[in-house]
Amino acid sequence: MGEKKLVAVQLSGGNDYLNCIIPYDNPLYVDNRQHVRITEDRVLDMGGGLGMNPVMSGIKELYDEGKVAIIHGVGYPDSSRSHFRSMDIWHTAEPTKLGAEGWLGSAINQMYPAKDNVVAAVNFAGLLPRALAAPKAPIASVSDLDTYGLMNHVDNSERDEALLAFKNIYMPAIGSGLVMDYLSQTGLDALKGSGIIQKAREDYKSDVEYSDDNFSKQMRAASAIIQADIGSRILYTQHGTFDSHTNGIALQEGVLANVSTGIRDFYSDIKASNKGDDVIMFVFSEFGRRVKDNGTGTDHGAGGVAFVIGDSVIGGQYGEYPSLEPHKLSIGEDLSFDIDFRSLYTEILEDWLETGAQDIVKGQYEKIGFLRN
Amino acid sequence: MTTVSNKQDLALMAHLLRRAGFGATPAELDRAMSLGYDAMVDELLNPDHDDNVPFDKIRRWRKDYSDLRGPGGAPGGIWMYRLIMTDTPLREKMCLFWHRLFATGHTKLIQGRPVVRQIDMFRKHGMGSFDNILVELSKDPAMIMWLDNQDNHATNINENYGREILELFSMGVGNYTEDDIKETARAFTGWSIVNPIYNSIKMNNNVMRPFGYLSWQFQYNDDDHDHGEKTILGETGNWNGEDAVRIICKNEATARFLARHLYHFFVADEPPVPAWPMVEPRDPEAIDALVNAYFESGHDVKSMLETIFKSDFFKAESVRYARIKSPAEMVVGTMRLAGSIDPLSNEANQAVDACANMGQSLLRPPSVEGWQGGTDWINTGAYVERVNFAGKILKNTDKSGIRDLINRVKAKSTSSTMSSDEFVDSCLEVLGPLEVTEGTSRGLKDYASKYGDLSWSDEASSTEFDKAAGSILQLIVSGHEYQMA
Repeated sequence: MGEKKLVAVQLSGGNDYLNCIIPYDNPLYVDNRQHVRITEDRVLDMGGGLGMNPVMSGIKELYDEGKVAIIHGVGYPDSSRSHFRSMDIWHTAEPTKLGAEGWLGSAINQMYPAKDNVVAAVNFAGLLPRALAAPKAPIASVSDLDTYGLMNHVDNSERDEALLAFKNIYMPAIGSGLVMDYLSQTGLDALKGSGIIQKAREDYKSDVEYSDDNFSKQMRAASAIIQADIGSRILYTQHGTFDSHTNGIALQEGVLANVSTGIRDFYSDIKASNKGDDVIMFVFSEFGRRVKDNGTGTDHGAGGVAFVIGDSVIGGQYGEYPSLEPHKLSIGEDLSFDIDFRSLYTEILEDWLETGAQDIVKGQYEKIGFLRN
Repeated sequence: MTTVSNKQDLALMAHLLRRAGFGATPAELDRAMSLGYDAMVDELLNPDHDDNVPFDKIRRWRKDYSDLRGPGGAPGGIWMYRLIMTDTPLREKMCLFWHRLFATGHTKLIQGRPVVRQIDMFRKHGMGSFDNILVELSKDPAMIMWLDNQDNHATNINENYGREILELFSMGVGNYTEDDIKETARAFTGWSIVNPIYNSIKMNNNVMRPFGYLSWQFQYNDDDHDHGEKTILGETGNWNGEDAVRIICKNEATARFLARHLYHFFVADEPPVPAWPMVEPRDPEAIDALVNAYFESGHDVKSMLETIFKSDFFKAESVRYARIKSPAEMVVGTMRLAGSIDPLSNEANQAVDACANMGQSLLRPPSVEGWQGGTDWINTGAYVERVNFAGKILKNTDKSGIRDLINRVKAKSTSSTMSSDEFVDSCLEVLGPLEVTEGTSRGLKDYASKYGDLSWSDEASSTEFDKAAGSILQLIVSGHEYQMA
């Protein structure tokens, strides 16, 4: 087995749990979802009265092969219905105060204290998510793998020369003072990282034909980086929007289909390159949505569902599907949580990335046991 | 003819305009030189007009601006437009200063409008008396909701604002007690907004319906104010919020804290704020001078700024290029160099995203502690963004500002020809002038040597020259020197 790698998949906007893993024969589901309901004839049946959203056939296949852990009822106390705040909480593992450091950025700092691995974490999610932000953590942020690189705006014919000149400008600056040294080292790291990543892109070969949506592009890029074995341990992707206030079913199914297909293709791709054991995917969203629909969609809620996917995962369902009984709902309207998201983080950090969890999640949380030993 | 003293004056003026503004185009620098240093400082300190930003036009044509939320949900576009287009740069820079110090995010409020209004408040009051700024801040609806003061009641205090006004906004850790926090919180009971419960629910639910985003207004509820006696920093009385501010502002710790923040922002990078109680200021005498200016002027921020810009410690060579540019300075300064932007284009939103990619989401600070600045700005991801962003803009020879730079390079020779070394020196000169290390100069000249002697006597060679100039300019702004202000 090679170095273990984590692919984070962020479903931005609040994924509707009830229409993702569907309790199709629960009368309370039918009552509450008069307008925004997936009917029994459409679900991909999982048994026990639950079924997956019909667009999730890719994930369903993997689930049937025992590669998917479904974590029911994930959340945190006093759930915030604000996208930003709730995502912040997931990113920083700080539900009660504003945290500044991201859980994965902190993990990188713990794993590489010498900060010598310039591609330890690679972000494909556009703006650097706070999950990856931590002081001085070297994070490579790749907006588009096909064009990524230092001085990517320079014509091909001139770029090599320009990069050499860049290096020639930066090398002599080392040793000219603390701040200049730091700037210059970072500049050289950026140059190195961008070279490594471009090389990975050039070497990447695959028989898998990914879709051309934005999510599949990110997963394809993640696969290229993983296959190149350049020392990247955390790869961060995101897709959205899942914010289905109106046009609920069509909106969610559109993006969920991208995610399911992208994950299925990615899995086949890394499997074909014999890296299946080295990679897990962790899929999460900032919250689930309101139990009762609003006529055309659903508003923000609380408890949600997370997935951990890969050959090193013990497939199955973990935790209980949250009750839809009115008195069991969070503030009378939302699904409650049963599993604190910091339990997932603890298991991923300690048993997968093999780094301490306590300083990051700031406490002790019981692991769930979805990883093979 | 460029004399030695003229060259020194020019370097000093460029330093002033980098710090009190966002750097200068060659034309702005020429104008400043004709005014003279002290007159330029006075002009920056006393803007006599509002800058001309066509809000009505923007609101009608750009829905994402008019809602004050950008494509990523960030409301920074409208402020970015002003930062790039303003002709009162110090006033705008002070807005950035206060935004760093009083960092408030739309992340918690969900609504962009109150945070944009808070910046408007900084623009209006940001160079006045510090007492007044703190009173306005305490009445600011975005700040009230950001730090939960609507939940600070006579019968049941919420310490959040009481704590932060002392710790983060005025005095710094170690200059007050936990009791002072509670008593300050009591003084601010009843400082709320109109209809706080409804607006809190809307904030938490994050829905526009049914009435869209509302304009929040300050409201003082005397019924909910604790009218009992309070002791704040040793002074006892039936204090209200204004009294708390008055007591805070006459304290020397407040003057020192503000002075150090101003020094950090305008003169040279200090360590991160949490380290301040343990680490001496870089220049204790400069801090003393600013503390004196604070007390002599009756707590006037403009007087402190004037003291900075006219002081020897600001003019000293040792503090030139001694600050790492914040992403906002990097983005705004580079955009300004390239010329004006169309209010109806998407460029301001793209600039907001570029800033965020470099680590500074305007109006969306990472926490109530804002951004620490200095080397915190620099990591590899951010570095690639900085280099690529600046390079891409400088390489765009269609932009009016870049065309002007190139024409000025050409104007340095009367014979329509120059050696590649002269060419590099001229490019550095029109960019600031930007002073670079020997190593950088050599690297640039080695690169440019491939051009041999350059000329622009006919159209074809002129086009080639422009292209070469674009290449060198983008390489220069990729260097470490351009990261510094």
